[in-house]
Amino acid sequence: MINQYKFEDGPELRDLFITVDDPESHITAIETFITYRVVTKTTRGEFDSSEYEVRRRYQDFIWLKSKLEEAHPTLIIPPLPEKFIIRGMVERFSDEFIETRRKALHKFLNRIADHPTLTFNEDFKIFLTAQAWELSSHKKQGPGLLSRMGQTVRAVASSVRGAVKNRPEMFTEMNNYLETFSQKINLLDKIAHRIYKEERDYFSEMKEYGPIHTLWSASEEDIADALKGLAGCIERCCRATERRMAGLSEHLLPVLHEYVLYSEILMGVLKRRDQIQGELDSKVDALASKKPEKDVLSEEIGKLEDKVERANNALKADWDRWKQNMQWDMRSTFLNVAENNLRYYEECLATWESFLASQTVDLHVAEDSEDRP
Amino acid sequence: MESAEPEPSGSRPEEEEEEEEEEEEEEEEEDGALPAPEQPSAAMEDCLAKKMEITVSEAEKRTGRNAMNIQETYTAYLIETRAVESQSEGQCAPVESLWRRYSEFELLRNYLSVTYPHIVVPPLPEKRLSADNMDPDFVERRRIGLENFLLRVASHPVLCQDKIFYAFLMQEGGWKEMVNETGFQLKADSRLKALNATFRVKNPDKRFTELKHYSDELQSVISHLLRVRARVADRLYGVYKVHGNYGRVFSEWSAIEKEMGDGLQSAGHHMDVYAASIDDILEEEEHYADQLKEYLFYAEALRAVCRKHELMQYDLEMAAQDLTSKKQQCEELATGTVRTFSLKGMTSKLFGQETPEQREAKIKVLEEQIQEGEEQLKSKNLEGRDFVKSAWADIERFKEQKNHDLKEALISYAVMQISMCKKGIQVWTNAKECFSKM
Repeated sequence: MINQYKFEDGPELRDLFITVDDPESHITAIETFITYRVVTKTTRGEFDSSEYEVRRRYQDFIWLKSKLEEAHPTLIIPPLPEKFIIRGMVERFSDEFIETRRKALHKFLNRIADHPTLTFNEDFKIFLTAQAWELSSHKKQGPGLLSRMGQTVRAVASSVRGAVKNRPEMFTEMNNYLETFSQKINLLDKIAHRIYKEERDYFSEMKEYGPIHTLWSASEEDIADALKGLAGCIERCCRATERRMAGLSEHLLPVLHEYVLYSEILMGVLKRRDQIQGELDSKVDALASKKPEKDVLSEEIGKLEDKVERANNALKADWDRWKQNMQWDMRSTFLNVAENNLRYYEECLATWESFLASQTVDLHVAEDSEDRP
Repeated sequence: MESAEPEPSGSRPEEEEEEEEEEEEEEEEEDGALPAPEQPSAAMEDCLAKKMEITVSEAEKRTGRNAMNIQETYTAYLIETRAVESQSEGQCAPVESLWRRYSEFELLRNYLSVTYPHIVVPPLPEKRLSADNMDPDFVERRRIGLENFLLRVASHPVLCQDKIFYAFLMQEGGWKEMVNETGFQLKADSRLKALNATFRVKNPDKRFTELKHYSDELQSVISHLLRVRARVADRLYGVYKVHGNYGRVFSEWSAIEKEMGDGLQSAGHHMDVYAASIDDILEEEEHYADQLKEYLFYAEALRAVCRKHELMQYDLEMAAQDLTSKKQQCEELATGTVRTFSLKGMTSKLFGQETPEQREAKIKVLEEQIQEGEEQLKSKNLEGRDFVKSAWADIERFKEQKNHDLKEALISYAVMQISMCKKGIQVWTNAKECFSKM
């Protein structure tokens, strides 16, 4: 799975390799939960060891994400899989659900590892390396205040409506882009799920279709072979359909879903940037009206201006990076879909052609004396 | 006295009667008697289909008044015929045409089934009694089915000779009266209408029993197959059509993308092509389904022949039984011994014996009846043997036709699948190229 990722600097420069696997169920008196094994291999100096193996639960991932958002409010933090899946009838702890979640968590950590800034985040390092009890105690420390602040930021961000008056053109463009992108990606997600469902329904009907021909062949003599041959073809096409479906659910569906979540995250990032700018703007306004505190305000404004500039630059850079990755991901995913379908049709074609060849060999050369209407 | 046993039909080895190179002449219909057994092999060159082009070329909505003077709408079908001239003539014969409605086709088929009970009569397309009768797709499929029916009859070595059939094709007015004048309705055995009534036949012909069993199996398996095929087609339609949604969304998305835009847009176009391609594919498959459906209905025709045979055999056995009992009665009266219990015997014991004169009279009557009965039984036996022979000849012909047609149908199904796969490969190859430019 690691090969899926585009490495901006080339694979040789990657120095952090993470896998998420081996889901395990833990049953206590209070609750039941799943932990995943997180294995890290690294050559980085700041890591004490070159290999780590820890177990993490979903809550821990949520903690990590919120820490990252706190530390880098205008960076694009990769999405986590959702807590529950409402669409479809997947049970909370079904194998399918766990596997989907595992893959998404794996992707989440690897995206962070690939991010030029986030990869050096301290909480990230602790997440990868600390034993369970170490992590617990680390979680309880100081950041409580900041995390509450983070929540406040989020709360404020969500209440900021409309365009901030001094928003640079670039970010308005981003907003516009995001609106459309978000709409389209959500539609694509729905379409892909519809396709999967239709293919699954087709598959289940096909499974019944083939055997009828075999049943029929039992009453026939002359055409028994042809009927059995046909049944065999349908069966093979059936299996090819199954593989096509599997391809969809392994590649297209998770990627589209990830980008649905990404679009929400991006909205949030833009809002936070707006919020930071809003702080600056309100101070500037205050300066205009409150003469006596001019000096204090000027100093604050100075700091805020730096903050805004840093935030804008960080966001701009991360946005460009995100777009590049998105392009690459979409290209590779849809190529995969096309290849999947090509493979499907090529398999079916070969099956039917071989059946046809076997039948036309048997046909009498002389045309039947029967008049065929 | 010889016991009058019904000859177990078909259990004797087929007697090879000399091949009568008869002229395929119109058979005179005697009451109840069958046409003489046909020798199909002689007929191929003479069959009507080779001499005449037959098409059901148009369908038209009509309104008229029915037998109860109520206005109704129905569809009329145009039958066009043209004599196939020999090549040396060089000229094209004129096209003759007339209009017929479905009920007339039904009348024709009923006539043929009754008149030629030993023949597996080609089936008509479905009779659907619903508002759908006006639906253009249904009418079109029916038109093709009716044409197929006429061609099948015209290619049948025996049926194509029938005058009523010829008149159906050529004579618009007075045809119905002509059919009714044949009195075929009187010959139709109402017992055959009770499809599932069983006649307890003591000496069933194994071949016909097996054939009936086969026809039941064929009906059941084809109808199951057609149902599932229709469901598969619906699902396939769904898969293709949903891909069409990609087209629209890709197009809208491409508007906000700079580098990806072109690739997305053109890929979307191919998704539209893909979605649209299913319509033609499924229409072709409908023709395949119709081919199978014909044999679904043919299975009924096959079953009908078996039933007629069963009925014949039953009548034969009843007649033989009757004859035997009459003979027994006669014997008892003549010798005065009562072998079996009979009500007559009891009553005569109770109410006194008859006078010798009375007994003589009775015996005479019985002897007459027995003689009649024996003649009837003989002719029934003959009838039965002829029926079996000619029925079996037509059944063999039918089997060959069925195997040929079904095999062709299966092959055409494979051809359709191949074409569908190739189209799919083309579309997705194009789409792949577009995606690679994203």
